[in-house]
Amino acid sequence: MSHDDVRVPSRWIIEETPQPVSFVQSVLAAIWSPINGFLEWFGELGIFTWRVMRSVENPPFEGRELLRQLDEIGSKSFPLVALAGAAVGAVLALESRYSLVRFGAKSMLPAAVIFSIIHEMGPIVTGLVVSGRVGAGIGAELGSMQVTEQIDAIEASGVNPYKLLAFTRILACVLMLPLLTLAADFCGVAVGWIADTLVDPISFRRFLNSGLHGTTFADFLAPTLRTAVFGLIIGIIACFQGMSSSGGTEGVGRAATSSVVLSSLFVILADVILVKLILVFFP
Amino acid sequence: MLGEQVVARSTTSDGDELEAETAEQRTGALPIVLKGLHKSYGAQHVLDGVDLTVGGGQTVAVLGRSGTGKSVLLKLIVGLQKPDAGSIRIHGEEIPVSNLEAMNEIRKSMGFLFQHAALYDSLTVAENVAFPLRRHRKMTASERGHRVRQLLSSVGMEKDLEKMPSNISGGMQKRVGLARALALDPGILLLDEPTAGLDPITSREIDELILKLQEEREVASIVVTHDLHSAKLIADRIVLLHQGRVVIEGTFEELDSSNDPFVIEFFKRDS
Repeated sequence: MSHDDVRVPSRWIIEETPQPVSFVQSVLAAIWSPINGFLEWFGELGIFTWRVMRSVENPPFEGRELLRQLDEIGSKSFPLVALAGAAVGAVLALESRYSLVRFGAKSMLPAAVIFSIIHEMGPIVTGLVVSGRVGAGIGAELGSMQVTEQIDAIEASGVNPYKLLAFTRILACVLMLPLLTLAADFCGVAVGWIADTLVDPISFRRFLNSGLHGTTFADFLAPTLRTAVFGLIIGIIACFQGMSSSGGTEGVGRAATSSVVLSSLFVILADVILVKLILVFFP
Repeated sequence: MLGEQVVARSTTSDGDELEAETAEQRTGALPIVLKGLHKSYGAQHVLDGVDLTVGGGQTVAVLGRSGTGKSVLLKLIVGLQKPDAGSIRIHGEEIPVSNLEAMNEIRKSMGFLFQHAALYDSLTVAENVAFPLRRHRKMTASERGHRVRQLLSSVGMEKDLEKMPSNISGGMQKRVGLARALALDPGILLLDEPTAGLDPITSREIDELILKLQEEREVASIVVTHDLHSAKLIADRIVLLHQGRVVIEGTFEELDSSNDPFVIEFFKRDS
């Protein structure tokens, strides 16, 4: 019989002290629970990716939907990516000038700007901007479709939603990220030159010649293609978070937010790993 | 092939076995045969051995309290969820839940109206109805357009072809959902609460629409509903689910005159 059932004077009640074993157990549980949650999430992500891969064994290959997604993910992300690239170019030119002038290496400015943009800033800024815009968009759209049973309706009508909804978006992300990176690189270099020439006039041709001196095609290719991996990460995570959402409008919000957070996080992690790999294969 | 097997067995078996085989064959050819369906979510047993048979041209209404697994039953039939145990036969064939391509072929013979219509909100009314046709029927754009208009006309929505789902009422969405469910001329129709949340007049219109469709097309239908009036109007048989089991099955009149306390409790509110 518990204390709730019988009225007992408070002086007779002995307060229960926490047991050491249960305390240790609760601490272990508190540590294990998020690890377990992450492992479960990762396992489900793997199953989801496998289903998407299996879905494209047979035709149709959803060319019409792919084109729509290329437009949605590529063309509509272009202004934001171009603006971000331009801002990075301007900031790099202004900040680098200050540092390089102090060390008497002002002539290295074009190379510093172009090399930084092509190698790192262009790809990572594009990856993060797209993971924000496209990740949230895909997460919210598919999440909304999931909670309103539209994905069930697609499946019930004999159409594979993994192919129609997920594969097309993932492929569009993979194809468009390198192109968007090129756009960000170009805008960054162009605005970097404008910022530089406003202080110390130099022709665009000379700026490019000076900046690209000694660079090879590999310097350009590997970092740009790295963003295809970013596209894969953004596409898979956003589609998975969207298609596995539940819990009404709150669930849609969670799907959109987690798509952005997780895809940005994994883009940064992938960037670190891929930078190292690129240095190994393209020294 | 099945027929040949039955004939071959019938020549070597006694009369009782012959009768059993032909009965099984007859049952197997029925549009929907469910046997011993079980479905649980964790510790919650939603379906606990449900048996149900629906013949061609028949409409069966599934009634029961909220959370008794009525909608789950429909999702199991269409393969959106997998049963823990039991058998689902569609036109005599076990549904291949683990083979997506084969399952999709079976799904083409079924029309599903979702509880909230589940129209694709990025497509217009006409595009929603055209979706299954575009995917599964080889037809020209004009043939498809004609078929879409025909389907929408049959549900009284021919004037709203270009409207978006968000710009039409709940009742209209249900009508469009019904037109979409009928697009591939299915032999089986699964309707999840077709009149839920609608005013009495619109509910009546939807019921009459379902009755009209039953007369025009010989479809086997399962209608999940809470609406006793609707069940009485459209169903040949009514199945009452309680705690994951079929409590009683029969015509509306049979259920209405039942002495089962749960059936009395369920029916007296609306009587």
